[in-house]
Amino acid sequence: MSREYETVIGLEVHVELATKTKIFCGCSTAFGGAPNTHVCPVCSGMPGSLPVLNRQVVEYAAAVGLATNCTITQCCKFDRKNYFYPDNPQNYQISQLYLPVCRDGKVEIETADGKKTVGIHEIHMEEDAGKLIHDEWEDCSYVDFNRSGVPLIEIVSEPDMRSADEVIAYLEKLRLIIQYLGASDCKLQEGSMRADVNLSVRPAGTSKLGTRTEMKNLNSFKAIARAVENERRRQIELLEEGRPVVQETRRWDDNKEYSYPMRSKEDAQDYRYFPEPDLPPVVISDQWLEEIRQRQPELRDEKLARYKEEYMLPDYDAKILTSSKKMADLFEETVALCQKPKKVSNWLMVETMRLLKEQEMEPEDMAFSPENLAKLIELVEAGTINGTIAKEVFELVFRDNIDPAAYVEEKGLKTENDTDALREIVEKVIADNPQSVADYRNGKEKAIGFLVGQTMKATRGKANPAVINQLLKELL
Amino acid sequence: MANIISDETIEYVGILAKLELSGEEKEQAKKDMGRMLDYIDQLNELDTEGVEPMSHVFPVQNVFREDVVTNGDDHEAMLANAPERREDSYIVPMTVI
Repeated sequence: MSREYETVIGLEVHVELATKTKIFCGCSTAFGGAPNTHVCPVCSGMPGSLPVLNRQVVEYAAAVGLATNCTITQCCKFDRKNYFYPDNPQNYQISQLYLPVCRDGKVEIETADGKKTVGIHEIHMEEDAGKLIHDEWEDCSYVDFNRSGVPLIEIVSEPDMRSADEVIAYLEKLRLIIQYLGASDCKLQEGSMRADVNLSVRPAGTSKLGTRTEMKNLNSFKAIARAVENERRRQIELLEEGRPVVQETRRWDDNKEYSYPMRSKEDAQDYRYFPEPDLPPVVISDQWLEEIRQRQPELRDEKLARYKEEYMLPDYDAKILTSSKKMADLFEETVALCQKPKKVSNWLMVETMRLLKEQEMEPEDMAFSPENLAKLIELVEAGTINGTIAKEVFELVFRDNIDPAAYVEEKGLKTENDTDALREIVEKVIADNPQSVADYRNGKEKAIGFLVGQTMKATRGKANPAVINQLLKELL
Repeated sequence: MANIISDETIEYVGILAKLELSGEEKEQAKKDMGRMLDYIDQLNELDTEGVEPMSHVFPVQNVFREDVVTNGDDHEAMLANAPERREDSYIVPMTVI
């Protein structure tokens, strides 16, 4: 490559809010219902139906705005965005264009290159569309309106990001803020958080923005990172060949790791917005805003500082524990039960993280109770079970949320602390393994390890390895 | 009539509105639209300095619902409005993805 290029990235992030009902009607927002079971005349666009705004949507949107340092638009309005597509039964989407609920915010992100600020242009409230399943054989589409009218906020960043790392850091930051607020679970796989990436490149050192493309269908952080890298390279190649970048919307195919332009929409970008006549303005009084402010929970950065201070945890541990709301809640609830922050932290940081990774799960998917983790820690602390058994039992706690105390009792997994019984077993192991015994006596210290292993095997893992070691040394 | 609507404009508006217009209808629509814009021009003559743009006629604000589920599963009644259904889904002709 002959020249250096700078990548300029801005994000549009859609987040499904955690309300019980849709934005404009009393239908449930529950995920995964049978097709069209959460549908009424409002969210299926029947003529004559009237939308009524869900108060909680305003509260969540304002809470996210406050947490991202936005100015709240205390008199905001909805607008009608017109387009024809079968996932949108009204032929318009109710959104906000002229007076979005939040503006001019910012968040601080941190990457390997250090800290930087990403500006938030605006946050607006809008409704989600239905879901289409295309039937290529029959040349038709199945429409499910369960998602139609589910409340969304769209968070529009300034074009302040310069790399895939910064994009991921920004998304992680937003996700943590929103999860901590309880405003959404922000699951990319399930689509409760969706990011569209606007990207352009320009020769390094210049200030004029290049022509940008918008990338859609990004369902994981990894897909986003790959798409950013791929699109950056594609645009640089075009420019190097002296060809123009076309302003268009592209769809990312993560299996094939490439993107292709979506329908060319010379007509579709003209949304003919106008003020939504069916919804009166929303006025957020100083008092209401103050109430929302008072209800803001402890956010990630505050929690991180507190964990280091209150529980004396190292920065690294505190960062991992607070990296998801679910993990932090589990940590605090378990500590409240057993008063052993360092032990709880270790179980979460080591075994839990290992199992999450192994089973490709998100922390939000964890289903075990703090009670059972606390019981397991007590069993280890009391010397009732050894570390090896504890790890095995934990896998079951993690998977099925079993009661570890009952399980250990039932399966007879208590540590064999009866030295007389152990002594007999050790004597037998010594008698059965003359070669190792000879090796050990001839100075091969390591041979004892084999004998410890054999003894553990004979006790089905229940013995305390330190006690075995001591007994072996005594008998040899 | 001061505003003359071009063939391209009426064609474009037709595409946006998903309307297929015959030659005769296009001519009529051009005339109608020209007259509407003339009327708007007339409104533009008014001095609106310092007047807040109005989007709603009634002085009403903050009409809310509480976040409580009030609608149950009514898919049979809803799907009764579908021009075509299969199982529990509305069926529409396939559009570009």
